[in-house]
Amino acid sequence: MDLKDKLISSFMAFENKVDVEHPVHDIRSEAFKNFEEKGFPTKKEEAWKYTSLKNLQKIDFSIFPKEVDALENKQVKKYFLQEIDTYKIVFVDGIYSSFLSETTHDGVDICLMSAALTKPMYKPIIEVYFNKVASKDESLTSLNTAFSREGAFIYIPKNKMPKKPVEIVHFSTGNEASLMLQPRNLIVAEENAELQVIERHQSLTSNEVLTNVVTEIFAAENAIIDYYKIQNDLKTASMIDNTYINQKSNSVVKVHTFSFGGKLTRNNLNFYQNGEHIDSTMKGVTILGDKQHVDHHTLVHHIEPNCESHQDYKGIYGENSTGVFNGKIIVDKIAQKTNAFQQNNNILISDKATINTKPQLEIFADDVKCSHGCTIGQLDEDALFYLQSRGIPKKEARALLMYAFANNVLESVRISELKTSINRLIAEKLGVRLGFDL
Amino acid sequence: MAYTEEELKKELETKEYEYGFYTDIESDTFPVGLNEEIVIAISKKKEEPEWMTQWRLEAFKAWKQMEEPEWANVKYKKPDFQAISYYSAPNSKPKYNSLDEVDPELLDTFKRLGISLDEQKKLAGVAVDIVMDSVSVATTFKKTLAEKGIIFCSISEAIKEHPELVKKYIGTVVPQKDNFYAALNSAVFSDGSFCYIPKGVRCPMELSTYFRINQAGTGQFERTLVIADEGSYVSYLEGCTAPSRDENQLHAAVVELIALDDAEIKYSTVQNWFPGDKEGKGGVFNFVTKRGICHKNSKISWTQVETGSAVTWKYPSCILKGDNSIGEFYSIAVTNNYQQADTGTKMIHLGKNTRSTIISKGISAGKSQNSYRGLVQVNSRAENARNFSQCDSLLMGNECGAHTFPYIEVKNKTAQIEHEATTSKIGEDQIFYCNQRGIDTEKAIALIVNGFSKEVLNKLPMEFAVEAQKLLEISLEGSVG
Repeated sequence: MDLKDKLISSFMAFENKVDVEHPVHDIRSEAFKNFEEKGFPTKKEEAWKYTSLKNLQKIDFSIFPKEVDALENKQVKKYFLQEIDTYKIVFVDGIYSSFLSETTHDGVDICLMSAALTKPMYKPIIEVYFNKVASKDESLTSLNTAFSREGAFIYIPKNKMPKKPVEIVHFSTGNEASLMLQPRNLIVAEENAELQVIERHQSLTSNEVLTNVVTEIFAAENAIIDYYKIQNDLKTASMIDNTYINQKSNSVVKVHTFSFGGKLTRNNLNFYQNGEHIDSTMKGVTILGDKQHVDHHTLVHHIEPNCESHQDYKGIYGENSTGVFNGKIIVDKIAQKTNAFQQNNNILISDKATINTKPQLEIFADDVKCSHGCTIGQLDEDALFYLQSRGIPKKEARALLMYAFANNVLESVRISELKTSINRLIAEKLGVRLGFDL
Repeated sequence: MAYTEEELKKELETKEYEYGFYTDIESDTFPVGLNEEIVIAISKKKEEPEWMTQWRLEAFKAWKQMEEPEWANVKYKKPDFQAISYYSAPNSKPKYNSLDEVDPELLDTFKRLGISLDEQKKLAGVAVDIVMDSVSVATTFKKTLAEKGIIFCSISEAIKEHPELVKKYIGTVVPQKDNFYAALNSAVFSDGSFCYIPKGVRCPMELSTYFRINQAGTGQFERTLVIADEGSYVSYLEGCTAPSRDENQLHAAVVELIALDDAEIKYSTVQNWFPGDKEGKGGVFNFVTKRGICHKNSKISWTQVETGSAVTWKYPSCILKGDNSIGEFYSIAVTNNYQQADTGTKMIHLGKNTRSTIISKGISAGKSQNSYRGLVQVNSRAENARNFSQCDSLLMGNECGAHTFPYIEVKNKTAQIEHEATTSKIGEDQIFYCNQRGIDTEKAIALIVNGFSKEVLNKLPMEFAVEAQKLLEISLEGSVG
């Protein structure tokens, strides 16, 4: 039985576990129909030209994992930010772990999707926001919507800001031979609210995991949201990340994606600018080796005038890895005075690595400044020689140059402890013992 | 009062197609529709050998299995392939030896287009192989070329007289089954040009052909084959204008270039087919497959100025097969009213030390849509491949669109690829700067547009510059000085 059939037959079992009378269930059924009709995307579709999900569909994933014993804190401690205190929403095999988490209802709501979907007090919020920006057309998003039950729920009311950043961490224990997870996150920042979120997916054993996550983010007027995605999973974990962001006037949303791990990672990042003077930023550092495959698929839809968007993706590809960048900017007819910039720089360090990039502009307004730039190249031999001539060994010199290459993106990380932690990950990935906090 | 951008826009919109006239020449036209009989009949009509007929039938068989592509960023009513007549030739046969014998009405057409034969003969030293509704009517300078061993004739003549060359090269760069329109062309091509430059010969003049669609309801299916043997050089020009017509006309040409070791081919196009009127009615559908293959140390350079056609779908490409080969693509695409253009190039790097340059300039006005679609592919064995791409779009008015779809696929770590794209309009600050220095707005716009497309215009051969300028003016009169 292939994965699609299995998911279809699991939906009935799923319906036994949730309240089918709840209005959200109509959304689920609708989405399920769409997935049933469309199935998994194939390489024939333009959006999936460079990424194949064929092999993943052959794996017999468990859809409903068994409940597992609580994880010991020391087992997983290293996957959390060390030097700084954070709110934590932690899931183990898709099930909320109250033991590892630290949630709050003190002025702001940092809690669970399952609570938001069932408790009457959250009903108005769910009615306004749930599945409102996520695509109703895209089949994998629909699949997630159909099975949406658990995930992170963050609601920041007007003029509020949580005392510390929020970490959303998904662990998979390997209790099942292969596991499919479909977390659903909803993040709402009302007017003048501010929020920092760090999202991470981590498997603890090398059993196969497929995560199909959907995150909806709403930034109201003047809201500021920083969202950091750390993708440093084991080489047996695959992820399809679908993030949809709806921005209102004067809001600022920044999404940073750090892709170092995983077998196959697809990041669908979609920004919709529903207001004026909006700033959207998406940045990413991708460092791959082995047979890893990362596909960054971004969309910025400029709907109203006077907005800005900035994209900066850096990629370093080694061994047999494949990198894909597909960035699309749409500027509507009325979205005059739009400034949209897109930059994609890549370094290939192996003969067998591949990079496919397709920066795309679709512009219907005339008074705009839009540009994209894309480069593929190598490390500068002269710079390498310079460093070596000053006594820095070749390996470290190369690592330094690569770090410098990615530094533009790292500079805008606003949590310094997170930056240090990412620096460590980069050093680890490049196989050197450098701090990079020079 | 100063000339403003709005006025320019208005002028552009109201500007009718200047060359829209219709020459009444009796034509020998086939019944409409397409089937095996028609393909065989075309082949017979051209007195082609058996292998050519078979080749056409093979293509036709493949075509029947294929579906019309839909991926391009253009919208149009699909042509009904059974409502087109696949062959039409001017009636006045046999061929002429001198201009005097040519139908005076036909000569008049050329004169109105500003390409009178005698003038060109004297002025530019250009040999012109004129294709009027698919059949070569006159070929000039043939003798001079023959002395050097250069073969420049219509493709049907080449099939008869140089079958070994045609057989060896036709379909090697664009196979019959390459795509829907290439297959259609392979099955029904009526005529086109053939050019062969022998080893080590530098073609002393620019070769040029004027394509023209003239018969109501006839599609034009040209086939061009240019072969530059080792160490040779040729510059080939192609220019097009077509009379106004209400129904959509289909043009599906195939151009194949073969540059053998150390050879160089420069292929320039000026395309000004009827773009449809202000309401977007009528106009030519231009679905062209152009591709060249570069062997060792050779070079192919495509230059195009696209101002016409209702729908353009065209990607002149280079396969850089040989080591140290070079591919170049310079393009200006101007769209106005309801025109749609989806054009660009493919650079396929296979050999070592291959280099390619892409400069694409798109100017959209009115309600038109202008897309750049390009592919730069570096294969794993293409060491030290180098590419530079630049796509700039200029928008005039807020109802047009500019789009870019660049694909970059790299499988070799020594590759160096740069890609840049910008979209902008003529800045008020730029105009102000010019005004401030005593240059009026009209001149300022002219300067800016001219400067915007200069990089490409400069690549056109001298002999073609006059024609190119004339054709650009039709779309952007008052702004190109």
